[in-house]
Amino acid sequence: MKNPVAEVYSGLKSLFIGMGITLGQFFKPTVTVRYPYETLKIPARFRGHIELVRDPATGQPKCFVCKLCEKACPSDCITVEGVKPEGARRKTVTSYRLDFTKCSLCGSCVEACRDGAIRFSREYNLAGTRKEDFIMDLFQRLEAHRIENEKSADRDGSAPSASLPTSAQPKPAQANAPMATQPAASLPKTVETTLEAK
Amino acid sequence: MSGFLSKSIAFLATEPWRLLVSLVAIMSFVGFNAAYLVWVERKGAARFQRRPGPTEAGPAGLLQPIADALKLLSKQLIVPAGVDRTLFRLAPMLVMAPALAGLAVMPFSESLAARNINVGLLMIFAFGSINVMAIMLGGWSSRNKYAIISAARVVSQDVAYEVPMLLVVITMIMITGTMNLNEIVRGQAGGFWHWNLFRVWVNPLMPITFLIFYICMLAETNRAPFDMAEAESELVAGAYTEYSGMGFGVFFMAEYANILLGCSLATVLFLGGWQSPFGVFSGLFWFLVKMYFLVFSVVWVRWTFPRTQFYGLLNLSWKILIPVSLFTLLLTSALLKVMPA
Repeated sequence: MKNPVAEVYSGLKSLFIGMGITLGQFFKPTVTVRYPYETLKIPARFRGHIELVRDPATGQPKCFVCKLCEKACPSDCITVEGVKPEGARRKTVTSYRLDFTKCSLCGSCVEACRDGAIRFSREYNLAGTRKEDFIMDLFQRLEAHRIENEKSADRDGSAPSASLPTSAQPKPAQANAPMATQPAASLPKTVETTLEAK
Repeated sequence: MSGFLSKSIAFLATEPWRLLVSLVAIMSFVGFNAAYLVWVERKGAARFQRRPGPTEAGPAGLLQPIADALKLLSKQLIVPAGVDRTLFRLAPMLVMAPALAGLAVMPFSESLAARNINVGLLMIFAFGSINVMAIMLGGWSSRNKYAIISAARVVSQDVAYEVPMLLVVITMIMITGTMNLNEIVRGQAGGFWHWNLFRVWVNPLMPITFLIFYICMLAETNRAPFDMAEAESELVAGAYTEYSGMGFGVFFMAEYANILLGCSLATVLFLGGWQSPFGVFSGLFWFLVKMYFLVFSVVWVRWTFPRTQFYGLLNLSWKILIPVSLFTLLLTSALLKVMPA
């Protein structure tokens, strides 16, 4: 047993040392990422749900409906449909249904794809209130993005015809799911690293 | 204009009006502080944990207390079945009243005090014990096992800490020779070395006396690390478990009101109240600076130390604080006897 006075003294000293440490932290900058206003940079190999890749030459999806991804999927989340247009060499995709409620992000579909027509998206705002929010058509999603991009390109080009009728714009596919992105869109952008919508 | 102003001030200083004005002033001071100390606490907690804290309601989250109050006010006041209705309703009022009563004798500056009475210190401690009783009543009347455990803890804790606190206060009364808070402050005039905290020639253990007072103040106001009354991890919300809406809100505000009172008292007794540390420009400003520094230190302590265990809490009081405070009391009386006044 130590000397009780020494014990009380060392205990008291430790309290003051502790308070010194916390006060040191008090004056350091905060480490919080204020989420809807700022976001972290997404790592390059982040696995969101899969998405279709557009061929930069034609602007059309690369996918030619070989259905290898459908077969590779261990949980049957993928259903691809396509048509063969008159005179075309191969099929084009018309519907790419992904049931994300069953997907485990194993990546077998991406590995199976011969042409690099699907890849992981950077989508991580995936809160939803209904199961149907997660059964998505990736082809429509891609089309919606294309129209949105054209619209923003028009706007940047200072064309007087910038006022496109908004009703003609289809609802972006990702607007089904995310609730968290909505405040971000309506609030001033103090964003540190913005995630580009694919 | 200035004639009218001074006349109206003189009119308000006459008796029934003085009472009314000081009542309204103290109530608004306590209400404002109780609300905004919650903001200070949240911001402070956040800063100690390197978070930004409340930011959404108003600039820097400054409207957060108002938002919280509106939320609490709009909630239903539930009185659970089987509770002692009278005591259940009475407890939040009783817990708030002592802080208001105590501030009535607090000298904020040389002339700014609601009442300058000769037994101010005694009055504060007399009312201060009501606070404990109110939490006990709240816990007892709630008919909830957690609330009852909490009530028992509060009583044993506050009995344990009342003893060293009063011993320290007796020491202070022996040194200052008065229970009038204004006189106590006046006795500490002329630079910070005249503050009771640094008067080591009267009693070499003066800083330790202050430390004991501060620790007891934390325990009496049920602040971390002595927040046994509402040990969330063990007792849900302790004595406040069954309270909803503003019933809970009043308990919450009373906690901060009591911190305000405790810090004001520590300022008056040890830190020279409204006296300037350099002997010039004494006044309300210095009182507020010292008091809010102590309030900040209370927040600082809360976010530094984890909650003690209950036996540790009682050990600290009965085995360390009471013997040490008794020793300082005896030492002071011996020194006062030996040394010329």
